Amino acid sequence: MTEAANTLVEIRHLAKGYTRGGQAVPVLENITLDIARGEFICLMGPSGSGKSTLLNLIAGIDKPDSGMLKVDGEDITRLSEGELADWRASNIGFIFQFYNLMPVLNAFENVELPLLLTNLSKAERRQRVELTLALVGLGDRMEHYPNELSGGQQQRVAIARAIVTDPTILVCDEPTGDLDKQSANDVLAILRQLNGEMGKTIIMVTHDAHAAEAARRLVHLDKGELIGAPAAD
Amino acid sequence: MYFIKLIFKNVFRAKLRSSLTIVGLVIAVLAFGLLQTVVDAWFAGANAASAARMVTRNAISLVFPMPVYYRDRIKAVPGVKAVSHSQWFGGIYIEPKNFFPQFAVDADNFFEMYPEFIFKPEELLAFKRDRQGAVVGRKLAEQYGWKVGDVVPIRGTIFPGNWQFTIRAIFDGKDETTVTRQFYFQWNYINEFLLKRFPRRADQIGVFTIEVTDPGRVADIARAIDAEFKNSLAETLTETEKSFQLGFVAQSEAIVVAIRVVSFVVIIIIMAVVANTMAMTARERLAEYATLKALGFSPGFVAALVFGEAMMLALIGAGIGILLTFPVAQGFAASPAGAAFATFNVSASTVWLQVASAVLVGVVAALIPAFRSANIRIVDGLRHVG
Repeated sequence: MTEAANTLVEIRHLAKGYTRGGQAVPVLENITLDIARGEFICLMGPSGSGKSTLLNLIAGIDKPDSGMLKVDGEDITRLSEGELADWRASNIGFIFQFYNLMPVLNAFENVELPLLLTNLSKAERRQRVELTLALVGLGDRMEHYPNELSGGQQQRVAIARAIVTDPTILVCDEPTGDLDKQSANDVLAILRQLNGEMGKTIIMVTHDAHAAEAARRLVHLDKGELIGAPAAD
Repeated sequence: MYFIKLIFKNVFRAKLRSSLTIVGLVIAVLAFGLLQTVVDAWFAGANAASAARMVTRNAISLVFPMPVYYRDRIKAVPGVKAVSHSQWFGGIYIEPKNFFPQFAVDADNFFEMYPEFIFKPEELLAFKRDRQGAVVGRKLAEQYGWKVGDVVPIRGTIFPGNWQFTIRAIFDGKDETTVTRQFYFQWNYINEFLLKRFPRRADQIGVFTIEVTDPGRVADIARAIDAEFKNSLAETLTETEKSFQLGFVAQSEAIVVAIRVVSFVVIIIIMAVVANTMAMTARERLAEYATLKALGFSPGFVAALVFGEAMMLALIGAGIGILLTFPVAQGFAASPAGAAFATFNVSASTVWLQVASAVLVGVVAALIPAFRSANIRIVDGLRHVG
């Protein structure tokens, strides 16, 4: 496979800013970055460095002011809101710091949620959800509601929800930020397994150096600029 | 199914808040239903009027009588099938608060013109044979525990004296819209009294009830009857029974309008309450709505969730409110206050109005929260702490 074919995320001269109090505040400037298929990349940097903004842009939940952002050859900056929603549903799996599970749905229903946007039958959805929850070690917690699960277990449900549709990329925003050390290690182990054994491309934002060790590549951001980010190999 | 389940679970997430909102809705829908029923009751007499019946009264005012001999002249007008007469009695049963309409009627044919009153033939015959006999409607009989054979004392006001009537018949209504709270007795009974005591007031009646052969010709017949008595001492005004009844309602139109306004104000207040509940709910769940949008759900789905929740709240409240309207209306009808109304039945149109008002409350309450939730930027929503 050529290098170009192996590149999953292609970012060129990306810029993003916000307006606060009538003043333009640049958050990202001239970002150029390639992420290869099957990579486990960690974006690090101090607060306000723009790492979460970059993650949001890659995940298609925010739009850049300028530049190009291609995922699997598709320039997602050109997609409409509706097209982006469909694109996210089939290409992106989200893992948030605070899990963002629906409190009124049990583990099974939370994981089933993204599958409602597919054409799978009820039986197929059930099979897939059971398999995914078993993969994250929660096969026996399917009927439990989020408030009946520990933080680590909730994050594992969130991981199951993120991977149940078999997305192209997993985006993780501080996935261990709200967890104790043991639970964090469990979550990182699952992410490593997903990357190593299943070839999932993972883009993770973290402050935690220990968590960053799980990644294969570290990219540092500071004041909206990339620091020493070699292209994907 | 999943969508409904999610809405249902969301509705009862903040149990206290949802319960209080539902209680508010129940009270509002119940109050709305009862007030509408009061308005219906006001119009019950007019709505139950027959298209084939007309009423002739003194053209000056209802309080002025007409000579009973007009009857034969009215009967001779082409298109008139039958004529009967009646007189408002206005007596007091034990004490003034026991109000019910009392009429002295022509026993020979009055009830033949009212097929909606269902009699036992032998009872009606007994009434016709007894000069002091009386006929009462079922609801009135139930209200005072009367049965056939009971003697009812009534103190006259317009017709002075202590009168005694023996109940000879109790009639039922053809259906629930038929008024059965009246008390009838023989006009001949009071006329004989007047002939002896106040001869100048004798042989006078309050209104003629006229049955026509063709309801399509009532306007012509009315004109012909009134022309018959033009320039007489007691000129007449003939109108359909419905117009006659509506004339009474018109006298209290301001009250009816006030009741209607209050009933709609109640709905507007509860609309504000539910809108407040939905605004709080939606604000607390912005992070969840943003998560759903991040997962690929459309803004329309998020809006539908908010609308669905508001609608479910409204319909649960309305459902309970509607179910309670019937027993509460029955209880009111049976109470002394309810006796003021001839009928007090919750109509189908009232129920539909209750449902429509609940749907309106749900839609309006959800409008702004749904719009905001559906259009929130995902990154802003994800930052939101509920």
